[in-house]
Amino acid sequence: MTGSDNETAVSPGTPVLEAGWTAGGVTDKIAGIVLGRGGPWTRGWKAHWRWRSALLITFTGVLVFLASSTWLFMRGVGLFGVNIPVAWGFALGNFVWWIGIGHAGTFISAILLLLRQRWRTSINRYAEAMTLFAAGIAGLFPILHLGRPWFAYWLLPYPNRMELWPQWRSPLVWDIFAISTYLLVSLLFWYVGLIPDLASLRDKAGSRAKRLAYGLLALGWRGEARHWDHYETAYLLLAGLATPLVVSVHTVVSLDFSIGNTPGYHSTIFPPYFVAGALFSGFAMVITLAIPLRHYFKLQGFITLRHLDLAARVMLACSLLVAYGYASEIFTAYYSGDIYEIHMTEDRYVGVYAPVYWAYIACNVFIPQLLWWRRMRRNVIALLLISLIINAGMWMERFLIVVQSLHQDFLPSSWGVFIPTFWDWTFLLCSIALFVWLFLMFIRYLPLISMAEMRGLVHDTAEEQAP
Amino acid sequence: MKRRPPLFDHAAVAVETGAGSLADPGRRRVLKLMAASAALAGSGCSEPPQEKIFPYVDMPEGIVPGDPVFYASTLLRRGYGIGVLVETESGRPIKIEGNVAHPASLGAADAQMQAEILTLWDPERSRTVMQGQRLSTWPALIDALSQRRREEEHTGGRRLRLLTGPVTSPTLLAQIREVLAHFPEARWHIHDASDSGTRAAAAERVFQRPVRTLYRLDRARVVLSIDAELFGPSPDGVRNAHDFMIARRQSPRARLYALESTPSLCGSLADDRRAMSPLEMEAALETMAARLGAAGVAARSPGPPAAAAQGEHAPAVPTVADPPWLDKLCEQLMAARGACVVAPGPSLSVRAHVLAWRINALLGNIGTALIPLEQEGAQPWGGQPDVASAQGGEPIYPSNLTKLVEAMHDRSVDTLIMLDVNPVYDAPGSLDFAEALQHVPWSLHMGLYRDETAHRATWHVPMTHVLEDWSDARSHDGTPSIVQPVISPLYGGRSPHTLASLLATGQTISAHERVRTTWRGLWHEEGDDAFEDRWRTALGRGVIEGVPGTVKQPQGSILDEPPPRRASTAGAPSGDALVAVFANDSNLITGEYANNAWLQELPRPYTKITWDNAALISPATAQSHGLHSGDVVVLTATDAPASVRAPVWILTGQADGVVTLPLGYGRGLGGSTAAGHGFDAYPLQAVQEDIPQRTRVITMTPTGDRHDFARTQHDMDTHGREPARVVELRRNEASRNATAAPPSAARGAATPALPPRSRPPAPSLYPDHEYNTYAWGMTVDLDACIGCNACVVACQAENNIPVVGPEQVSLGREMLWLRIDSYRDETRHRTQFQPMACQHCENAPCEVVCPVGATMHDSEGLNVQVYNRCVGTRFCSNNCPYKVRHFNFFQYSLTDPSSAAHANPDVTVRQRGVMEKCTYCVQRISHARIQSQKERRRIRDGEVVTACQATCPTDAIVFGDMNDPDSQVSRSKSSSRGYAVLEEMNTRPRTTYLARIDDPEAGLEDDDDRKR
Amino acid sequence: MAQLLERYQDLLLKLVLLSPVVVLLVTIATMVWRTTSPVEAGVAVDQPIPFSHKHHVGDDGIDCRYCHTSVETSASAGMPSTGICLSCHAQLFRDAPALAPLHDSARTGKPIRWNRVYDLPDFVFFNHSIHVAKGVACVTCHGRVDQMPVMVRHEALDMQWCLACHRDPAKHVGPLDHITAMRTLPPISDTEREQLLRMLQLEDRQRMTDCSTCHR
Repeated sequence: MTGSDNETAVSPGTPVLEAGWTAGGVTDKIAGIVLGRGGPWTRGWKAHWRWRSALLITFTGVLVFLASSTWLFMRGVGLFGVNIPVAWGFALGNFVWWIGIGHAGTFISAILLLLRQRWRTSINRYAEAMTLFAAGIAGLFPILHLGRPWFAYWLLPYPNRMELWPQWRSPLVWDIFAISTYLLVSLLFWYVGLIPDLASLRDKAGSRAKRLAYGLLALGWRGEARHWDHYETAYLLLAGLATPLVVSVHTVVSLDFSIGNTPGYHSTIFPPYFVAGALFSGFAMVITLAIPLRHYFKLQGFITLRHLDLAARVMLACSLLVAYGYASEIFTAYYSGDIYEIHMTEDRYVGVYAPVYWAYIACNVFIPQLLWWRRMRRNVIALLLISLIINAGMWMERFLIVVQSLHQDFLPSSWGVFIPTFWDWTFLLCSIALFVWLFLMFIRYLPLISMAEMRGLVHDTAEEQAP
Repeated sequence: MKRRPPLFDHAAVAVETGAGSLADPGRRRVLKLMAASAALAGSGCSEPPQEKIFPYVDMPEGIVPGDPVFYASTLLRRGYGIGVLVETESGRPIKIEGNVAHPASLGAADAQMQAEILTLWDPERSRTVMQGQRLSTWPALIDALSQRRREEEHTGGRRLRLLTGPVTSPTLLAQIREVLAHFPEARWHIHDASDSGTRAAAAERVFQRPVRTLYRLDRARVVLSIDAELFGPSPDGVRNAHDFMIARRQSPRARLYALESTPSLCGSLADDRRAMSPLEMEAALETMAARLGAAGVAARSPGPPAAAAQGEHAPAVPTVADPPWLDKLCEQLMAARGACVVAPGPSLSVRAHVLAWRINALLGNIGTALIPLEQEGAQPWGGQPDVASAQGGEPIYPSNLTKLVEAMHDRSVDTLIMLDVNPVYDAPGSLDFAEALQHVPWSLHMGLYRDETAHRATWHVPMTHVLEDWSDARSHDGTPSIVQPVISPLYGGRSPHTLASLLATGQTISAHERVRTTWRGLWHEEGDDAFEDRWRTALGRGVIEGVPGTVKQPQGSILDEPPPRRASTAGAPSGDALVAVFANDSNLITGEYANNAWLQELPRPYTKITWDNAALISPATAQSHGLHSGDVVVLTATDAPASVRAPVWILTGQADGVVTLPLGYGRGLGGSTAAGHGFDAYPLQAVQEDIPQRTRVITMTPTGDRHDFARTQHDMDTHGREPARVVELRRNEASRNATAAPPSAARGAATPALPPRSRPPAPSLYPDHEYNTYAWGMTVDLDACIGCNACVVACQAENNIPVVGPEQVSLGREMLWLRIDSYRDETRHRTQFQPMACQHCENAPCEVVCPVGATMHDSEGLNVQVYNRCVGTRFCSNNCPYKVRHFNFFQYSLTDPSSAAHANPDVTVRQRGVMEKCTYCVQRISHARIQSQKERRRIRDGEVVTACQATCPTDAIVFGDMNDPDSQVSRSKSSSRGYAVLEEMNTRPRTTYLARIDDPEAGLEDDDDRKR
Repeated sequence: MAQLLERYQDLLLKLVLLSPVVVLLVTIATMVWRTTSPVEAGVAVDQPIPFSHKHHVGDDGIDCRYCHTSVETSASAGMPSTGICLSCHAQLFRDAPALAPLHDSARTGKPIRWNRVYDLPDFVFFNHSIHVAKGVACVTCHGRVDQMPVMVRHEALDMQWCLACHRDPAKHVGPLDHITAMRTLPPISDTEREQLLRMLQLEDRQRMTDCSTCHR
């Protein structure tokens, strides 16, 4: 931890950018990470064994992911622990979890942008990257868990010789559109934001190859006023477009469940409850990534304790929302007097999956309460631990919703238990590896903080601090 | 889905294996047969293989290519015949239905009969003659056998023994008679592992003749089953169930009481059941006999309290201080005298059986509700076989297995012919048949499989399956019928008749000729034409009229026949000893079906255990021994070194102090499906006074090991829900006052009715469907369902439902479209069965959530599953409140030639990754529709019969068009007992249920007792 | 410093960005192509015996049902047994080398291995008898076999092709006495058609297009 991390340096008024940064300095600093000056990939193994082993491990995970997927397609979805009655297992749990994580990025970039939250500036870029990767990985799982994945395209409406179309009453079809739209818009948003930075990289890059590569990606950005003008407009438009999506995606995902009649699925609280959960896990992941980043790349100047503090507050708020969701579920169960709902609820307390239930109550409701204390919000280590715990807790919640609701529904004769298999775990862990690997690739080749916006920030903060 | 490669290699195989004009597979139904292996498909579409078409060389008479042909034939159960119709597609037998004309079937069939198709096509059946462990040939065997004959002829066959199962076949009996005529000194023995000798011995003692009981439950008003599996897989099980249900449906409603050591199908149906050990049953019989005034019987209290039955009810110990329920039981019987049945089971002693005869005699039932029926060759005859009379066609009586083993032990047997028996496996352990067999220099085994006995015999001959060659048999009531082959031997087996004639005359003769000769002799028709006519009628109908079973009226000796003194070992178990009761397995019976995967994967009615057997104990016994379900114990006989390792299963309703050991498992040989499952209980079985005992005093010691069972239902409790509803039979006050009113007083019985639906059906957001042609629907009468599983296997055979194996079952992936749920009814201390398949909901939750429209509502109300559209999201299953959908998690359906050959070509064989479920046998519906359309008429009521409905012995399932107000199903739907499962879900199922009737006055315990 | 790319290059680059759209269209096209029946129409399948429908139907005027015996009674139209062929060819062209497989079959009792021409997917359950009974003429699906020296698949048997008729059968049915007629029928008057339809009692469209009508 550098000196800037001690208590005294921080007060509510702390600027979101340390004083003393010039526009040039910011650009050099950030571009430097990518272009290798001071980047971890320049010097030898000894200096950067952490980075390289991380790369090695995660890449192995990616390969395993590919191999297992092949095996899965060859043998069948029975490799997972799914059965009748629990026909959905880890795959769907992972799907919801990743989609959730994929929320924070757009929320930060779009909504906070519209809300003129300047502190978003230094974290939105990598948060958007995180969003893309998470949402992309999430999109894989519904396909992986299909019985006949090679017919997955049947869910798309396309003209065919059978003259058959998707069945529009099914939320799964809505899902396809929700997720693909979200992915597309996030990608555009992210890329548009990147263009000026790519141009800067092009101009700073040493080798011709790099300049060509970044040049192509920069689409001939010259930083003319006209460019900036278009850029601003496009960026705002996309932000406006992305904002409703942040809410819509997870709402639709939650409909996958609440449309169903299964006790534990069939609940009107689901959409808001899912969105809150999504932001919750999303921000947890943002912090989980931020802390190592700022530490490893000495970015304490850009991602200040103020950022962590604010993100932590969002988490706390989400935690309370989620807690409300849990409570209302219990209330509706008993208030409805529906024996199936009540049984399902009580099964959560004492049934086979009770440990998971209590574990995530602890992770998502109780432990986040520590964030009421500023000490906690500004203690980097504690914050990292808490956000990791929340990530785990949110995964357990998704798992429980998917599995526990199914395992004991209406007719006791059909009740069963889901036990995850080796393959369930493999796919979960490898998806995490895939995520981290993609993220490492991202910080290796793209600026993980928006240089353009940072320059703007420098300008603004300079004005503020001017007497 | 992609096409499968053509099936014709297999066709060729079948042709080579001599499947004649009947059996050339795949001639015409090529395209449909392809369906039998659509499952082979990989991903996507690609250029299909060039398929071949094989026209007939000469078209057989009366075959419409592509239409199924039904042949009347007969299946054997313990040697008795049960008439069936075998459906063949282009010569391939694919399905078995009951034969309405046959008295043992009346159109119904049980699980084992349905599964017979699988055994017929089983590629693991024995294919070659073996000499020891060496491959040999049929001619070689003929030489060896004729040589044996020459040697035996010197001594008149003194050292020649013949061992068979029960034989009712007139032809085989005649042939055995020939053998005994040719070898006057030879002996014939019978071994039947599925029945203890006690019943036969008792009948023999009472009638001095080999007599078995023919029940006429349709005439009975009160039936008392004492450990008797009346509805079990016995030769008369189907008929008994059918008959009893006739009596049950009448008013006043017939009553059923069960004293049993382990829950049986009777128990679930009974108005009252008592769990007790066989000893206590004997005591109860004694008390009853005494109360009914039998001479020379004193009511006695049973063994020490250790054996007191802590049944489902509080203490049910029959003592001199007569327990109230026994009083009531006697009252009931007295009130129904002449029209009641006391049916003792194999676990009871000879003495108990004699007592039962006497009680029946005292009640005047004999000749009315149960008829003693003499059947030669069907059961061992303790008395010496009167060989002298063997020449003149007098009845000949076989000796029992014990006598044979004794002879083998003192080396007085040189030649042993074993016909379709497997004594090395299923003989009582105390006999140690395997050891005895070593003293026999020349032994021959003929059987379907190369099983334990086949491996130890010096010769083994593959036997033809009953549907592969000609024979004949008598049913349980003596009605004869012809066994007609429906396919020529697939694996080159030989008929028992061929072997018998080889033994008798040294000549091989075709079974066909031999059988015809028999009936020429029996019919003495003048002229061949007359014979041919009669022969053809017999084949057509599947029964032979005008040749009744020889009914022997009981001797006057029954009443004054003093009951034999209690056998010494009848003493109750002392200390912590328990009574082991050997029981036929509800699926494999005694192991003959062990290689039948359908029966292996069929869930047991009470335990829902598949692929396995368990030592059943009661909760109290488990507690006293500190055992949990799945704990492995060692069971050791107290009087002998014999012992068995078995996992226990705790079963409510099991008698305390009784360990029930299902037979038929723990096979070492006899097929890959048979071997390696469960434990073998035979080693623990003992023989006393030449009679294989069905009970034995044992001690149980835990080993600490655990065993996992593959089960299909894990929770028998209803958790306050009411899936299987019960309605009380209400009566007028007059009869209400009379406690335990005898059935006669039950006049004015009001039809039981469920309370009217509390709320009107909730509206649906989607418009209602309109049905202007047909609206198919089904009702299941829970009052008639006996939980026998026949429908489950029928469905499996009809709809090409794959077997998944024990591992997948324990993962919860069994594929059976139709399952029998069983729920404990704690207030009434019984288990209620409920067949559960797709309910074909009006507002089907599955249809809404399928993203590709693979499950749709059709214009006749069926909820159809389109396999080739399914991508396998499994959302439909999640959203199905009944969880009746099943998913192909892996490639379950087999595509090997034999599986493809007996697959129903009218039903798609499902590929990996698709959902499937009950279709209301849509293939049968469309067959009927096409028929009616061609004839320009509506489909008649009863023209569409689903597979489950067709095979149900008690007609519990009714299917038909609900648009037709006069149809059976419409009438059944209008019943006041009708209700829909999970009605509150507003799914509006098309399968509705009729509530089980509970007759409060039929209960045996006091009212305060009932309150408890 | 010198720009790496000229403006026109940038323009090109931006045009390249439109490629996803192109890709999308291509994909759809591919899918449409991919889901066509793998069995193409107009394919001639050669047979162990070069059997000419043209000769037997066209020249000799043999009725379809003479050989395809069960077309009116069963799901399968039925392929002629060796016996049926021999009913003529026991005398005619006895020694024609082309007929060798026929006589072999008669001698050995092994069936002739014809090659299937019309091959439906395994999950489609087609029944000849009902179509014939409802006035669908042979020629409707099998084409003018009387003009086919070698049997040619007339239709690709796509689902939409089946549906086209099932949705509106009235247009495709003809009088029952012309079922096996090879010439395309002369147009009949509306009144005649009404009589015909009354007589045929076709099922309603809903029933005809139910999944369960063809898939089980």
